[in-house]
Amino acid sequence: MATTRGAYISRTAANWAGVVPFLAFAAIFLLLPTVNIVLGAFRGPDGGFTLATMAKLFEPRLMNSFWLSIRVSFFSAALGALLGFLVAAAIIHGGLPKYLRAPMVTFSGVAANFAGVPLAFAFIATLGRLGLVTVILREWFGINIYASGFNLISFWGLVFVYLYFQMSLMILIITPALEGLRREWDEAAQSLGATSLQYWRMVAIPVLLPSLLGTFALLFANSFGAIATAQALTGSSQSLITVQLFAQIRGDVLQDPNLGYAIAFGMIVITAVANAIYIVLRTRAEKWQK
Amino acid sequence: MTDQAALNTMTVTDTPKARRSVGSIFSWVMFAFGVIYFALPLIGMIEFSLRKRRDAYSFDAYTTVLGDPQFQATFGYSLMMSLVTIVLGMALVLPAAIWVRIRLPKMRPVIEFITLLPLVIPVIVIAFGYLRMFNTSSFLPMTGSVTGTNILLAFGYATLALPYMYRAIDNGLRTLDVQTLTEAAQILGASWFTIIFRIMLPNIFTALLSGAFLTFSIVLGEYVFAALLDRPAFGPYMVWTGGNRAYEPAALAVIAFTITWGCMGLIQLAGRLFPHTRAKR
Repeated sequence: MATTRGAYISRTAANWAGVVPFLAFAAIFLLLPTVNIVLGAFRGPDGGFTLATMAKLFEPRLMNSFWLSIRVSFFSAALGALLGFLVAAAIIHGGLPKYLRAPMVTFSGVAANFAGVPLAFAFIATLGRLGLVTVILREWFGINIYASGFNLISFWGLVFVYLYFQMSLMILIITPALEGLRREWDEAAQSLGATSLQYWRMVAIPVLLPSLLGTFALLFANSFGAIATAQALTGSSQSLITVQLFAQIRGDVLQDPNLGYAIAFGMIVITAVANAIYIVLRTRAEKWQK
Repeated sequence: MTDQAALNTMTVTDTPKARRSVGSIFSWVMFAFGVIYFALPLIGMIEFSLRKRRDAYSFDAYTTVLGDPQFQATFGYSLMMSLVTIVLGMALVLPAAIWVRIRLPKMRPVIEFITLLPLVIPVIVIAFGYLRMFNTSSFLPMTGSVTGTNILLAFGYATLALPYMYRAIDNGLRTLDVQTLTEAAQILGASWFTIIFRIMLPNIFTALLSGAFLTFSIVLGEYVFAALLDRPAFGPYMVWTGGNRAYEPAALAVIAFTITWGCMGLIQLAGRLFPHTRAKR
């Protein structure tokens, strides 16, 4: 009896041996810190439960930052998804030479990882006041883009820069879905007399819709949590919610230590919703890709 | 010509052909837009990095950057951190990924969900949690000493790398028949150590390499964690340069891009040099 019990215990131990370090690590260095933040958002200075901290989120200054972050993420995700989709569709179904596909996908892999500080530098060097394109337009064509209202350090400037990793991520994710569109569907539509536009509008887009919307949600979350690019590009002139939280943590504006918890909690809620949408829609999209 | 082919030619001859060419022009336009948008910032940053000398292009910005002791120190630090992160990440993920395939399939969705969390929870929130949980007045005061903070940073990086590391390793394991390999090894009397290090590892070498290079390129330029934990890493150094120098930031961006590009190139190369080996039948 004792031996079987011992054998059972040792078998269970062996079953879990490889997973336990991972779970322990994830619990201590991923889950607990996050739970700590979430709890902190509902705790007052005395340690008791309160909604007062969360209520401070509705200060105009923070609401504006949240709203700015949401708008930047929305527009960069929407434009990134749309343009990335069009570029990927052009390469895969637009009758372009096949040898263009592999380099484009590889390049997108690099570009999607080319974010953060260096990306901001690259755009400053290109479209900043002394940037290559700015100078060429001014000296060769007499067009002064900064005089005509363009500014890289602005809302649309930030969206334009974010497009770099948003579009490339879109191309990376949507390419397999586009390759999953069966040739027979196009041929069937054609033989029934459909125009190219009708095929895309009535066959391809509906099939791809879950992928498209799902990737949009992923792109949204992707830019919502970003901070390095914005900070290197605009300093703190565009006060995204990440920039506010960063300042709050650094202690630059530390009137209320609990406020940081509330901001962080608000961010988790928003990215969690976006990711939940992504996961649900991806599961639906995969039905067609088999 | 078969009937089918004849039918195809027929359908394409009248209006569709014109449509195709319109579609093709549109495709080329989109493609050109993509190339221009993606290439211009790279060209701009290279050109800018060469402008330091007033009258001619030069590598002065690079000389300044590479000669800067701060650059050497921070780059070396981040290099070291990325190596530690890669080893740590693999030590955590590899056994877990193997175990959920052969011993604990029930835990697989749980592990997969956990590895996705770092993409859901913004990095800055995790870093904030670290500062609150591991500060000097907490039960595990890791930020109290330099070594402790370094270790904490490596743990943070390992967390960030989880999604990429797990997916790379899982993709590698997918191509193997892990169950059969393990059983065969066990019948021949292999220990678990032998199974992991002499059977699994060599078979998923390419996958491990790609996980390693991805981790490397993420850690090298990471900013938020290093800045908030106040460690002298390459990311904060780049931000500092951006605020204090004119041409050097562009040179740094070129260096960073070259490294990212190099890592991706090495992943592809590894796939080609060490193609997945299958037993000959």
